[in-house]
Amino acid sequence: MHESEVADRTGLTLGENGRGGRGGWFSGGGRDGNAGRSRTPERAYITGIVIALGAVAMFFAALVSAAVVRRGSPSGDWQPLRGASTVWPILALNTMVLLASSFTLSHSRLRARSGDDAGFRRWWIVTSALGAIFLAGQLFAWRQIVGAGLYLATNPSSSFFYLLTAAHGAHVAAGIVALLVIACRPARRMARRTAIEVTSVYWHAMGAIWIFLFLFLFFGGRS
Amino acid sequence: MNPLPDHVHPAVASPSGFFRRYVFSTDHKVIGLQYYFLALAAVTIGIVLSLLMRVHLAWPQAHWPLVTGGTLRPEQYLALMTMHGTIMVFFVLTTAPLGAFGNYFLPIQIGAPDMAFPRINMLSFWFTLAAFLCMLAAFAVPGGAPISGWTAYPPLSGLGSVTGPGEGMGQTMWIVSIGIFCIASLLASINFITTTIEMRAPGMNLTRMPLTVWAWFVTAVMSLLSFGALLAALIMLVLDRSAGTSFFTPAGLVVNGELQSGYSGGWPLLWEHLFWFFGHPEVYIAILPGMGVTSHVISNFSRKPVFGYRAMAATLCAIGILGFLLWGHHMFVSGMNPYSSLAFSALTLSIGVPSAVKTFNWLGTMWGGKIQFDTPMLFSIGFVSFFVTGGLSGIFLAQPALDNLLHATYYVVAHFHLVMGVAAIFGIFSATYYWFPKMFGRMMDETLGKLHFWLTFVGAYCIFMPMHFMGIYGGIRRYADWTGATYLAALQPLHLFATIAALVTAAAQLIFFYNFVSSLTRGEKAAENPWRATTLEWSTASPPPVDNFAGAFPTVYRGPYEYSVPGAPQDFTPQHLPPELAGVSEGATHA
Ligand code: HEM
Ligand SMILES: [Cu+2]
Repeated sequence: MHESEVADRTGLTLGENGRGGRGGWFSGGGRDGNAGRSRTPERAYITGIVIALGAVAMFFAALVSAAVVRRGSPSGDWQPLRGASTVWPILALNTMVLLASSFTLSHSRLRARSGDDAGFRRWWIVTSALGAIFLAGQLFAWRQIVGAGLYLATNPSSSFFYLLTAAHGAHVAAGIVALLVIACRPARRMARRTAIEVTSVYWHAMGAIWIFLFLFLFFGGRS
Repeated sequence: MNPLPDHVHPAVASPSGFFRRYVFSTDHKVIGLQYYFLALAAVTIGIVLSLLMRVHLAWPQAHWPLVTGGTLRPEQYLALMTMHGTIMVFFVLTTAPLGAFGNYFLPIQIGAPDMAFPRINMLSFWFTLAAFLCMLAAFAVPGGAPISGWTAYPPLSGLGSVTGPGEGMGQTMWIVSIGIFCIASLLASINFITTTIEMRAPGMNLTRMPLTVWAWFVTAVMSLLSFGALLAALIMLVLDRSAGTSFFTPAGLVVNGELQSGYSGGWPLLWEHLFWFFGHPEVYIAILPGMGVTSHVISNFSRKPVFGYRAMAATLCAIGILGFLLWGHHMFVSGMNPYSSLAFSALTLSIGVPSAVKTFNWLGTMWGGKIQFDTPMLFSIGFVSFFVTGGLSGIFLAQPALDNLLHATYYVVAHFHLVMGVAAIFGIFSATYYWFPKMFGRMMDETLGKLHFWLTFVGAYCIFMPMHFMGIYGGIRRYADWTGATYLAALQPLHLFATIAALVTAAAQLIFFYNFVSSLTRGEKAAENPWRATTLEWSTASPPPVDNFAGAFPTVYRGPYEYSVPGAPQDFTPQHLPPELAGVSEGATHA
């Protein structure tokens, strides 16, 4: 096996800085010689996830602006999400859980940086668990509004409520899968430290998108 | 587990085994060719569908042996039209320029061994193929193919088979197919953008990137930001169709005498906004790569640097940004607020500025050059011609007052076929003739190529120019048969003319296919750099080795279009030649 690859797989011991390598991209390629040119530089994975999040953001922006436009549609059939008053405290609680998971994730990342593998793993698992609790909480919120007689097709406001939470939930579920995969086995194509960075960027973004959606639903859905 | 991940393969070894090498390959060149052949299959089907429509339009009352009932029913015509438009827009004009040529040449032109994420690249292709098969399957499901056009406007597309036979299963297949296509395009664009940012060779700074790379990059950014919106719209459409929501479907709709109950007042205009927020960028996704190829080829065959390289790159970006701000010009008659029409109109007209800059720069590049009229050059000149002709009619359509008359007429059909259909296809042809030697190691036949060019050039104008007159006269589009409208009877000879021209032009494509296939095996062997060109793809073997440069990765010393540099020993100075070997000093870029 290639030596650099062995180093890659052991991940944590690798001193490679995921963001290093070359200067800003306006200066053009700076990797000199042929060494390492036949593989993807580590920082490309981070660039890649940031770009992918651009597409995710546009997807949610489309859904949210559709909700805004639909709410103002001339038919005037939009009704506020009433009768499910318990749902907002639950959603607030879920928001707290997701926020907390961002903190445990940052902590886990710091543990990994300082070479504490057990600590990394512990906080990483806690993060995944908080993610799972968030999803369970979202399902619970759905049960509440179902209990209030608000189904997917009851009113455009409930349609958007289910649509936005489901779309976000699916993205969080994908994030949980990524977290678990990284906890369980070494990354094959990138250094472990890069895998940790990539997942963290994604997870924090899901938290940020949720906070936006929560505020949107709270202020746009209730009134 | 794969013992050796592909990035640590020794420089020149290719994966062994037929399947790993040609089918489930992660090599961007193989994937590029896979996209190319997918587009070739798609364009063949698309052309056949269009000929069926054209024949029907010329002889609407004729009886045909294989058609049940003898004549084509209107809904069958609409199904042909929907599938023609969808296949052409998505599986030809989005797939070939970016998926095929972008995949094959972007990494080589920036001096990289592959895309940043080879496996995601492979996944993009297989998703695209799955989407294509799913789309074709719509012909075979009960009720047949959908009838709502490539724009799938609700409520026609939102209610199920009550609005037409193809609106049941067929429309569902359409939505699923385009949904998969969205995901494939998003994955591909992430790859293109990351590769351009992270994988450039030393010395390949932004102002040394070939304009093709600039074009693919901007195109990828546009698809990254637009396909997500389409995906969101498709999900809502599916819910309207199957879960009884009312995102787009209004209340109290009566279809075929039947009241559609259960809908609470959805808004079809919402679909139009979401669709065209994607749809307008999409038309530029189809044409920007062609602009890149045209700049590249015109410079090469005029033996002159691109006139205004920086302006060319900047206008690509300007078109990319503006392209997101003017979707409303497709909706002037939709009942949208007239003040928004005003804003969309002004923004639309402003895109004429970068378009004109590009056109004049292409002419400026040719001006005073030692022009060689090889087939790639002819097709690039053809591209400029069709881009101008089609773009000019856009300026008329961009005025709401005129568009009130011209919307949904053949004038629009003429506009977008010339500018998107034919111009983008000419970009694809130019790229094919230009890069065929690099991709397959052999030259295409020049005589056949020129014949193909002239027949297609004249033929395409003959098909689409008369449609302007039809449109101004009030000829409505998307109608199977005008015979009921007496005021349109006078236009029938034009339909006949366009149909004959279409049949001749389609036949001319057989020359291309013959040339392509026979050159694969019998073409004259191509040297490394048959066009005496400057960019990196011409510094390596034809076809290039697995890692593109056989381990000897290039360093870049100058801009991409250093032709006829005063004092240089030859009339082209390749990007990778160090000053000592090139005989001219290192250049940052040129004017
Ligand atoms: C000067 C530049 C252009 C202007 C001002 C312009 C303007 C317009 C306008 C106003 C319409 C709407 C017509 C209607 O439906 O009533 C339209 C339709 C269209 N344009 Fe353009 N356009 C321009 C260039 C392009 C380019 C470069 C492309 C593609 C490569 C393109 C592709 C299309 C397509 C596909 C449609 C019709 C879509 C449909 O209804 O099915 N246009 N254009
Ligand atoms: Cu447009």
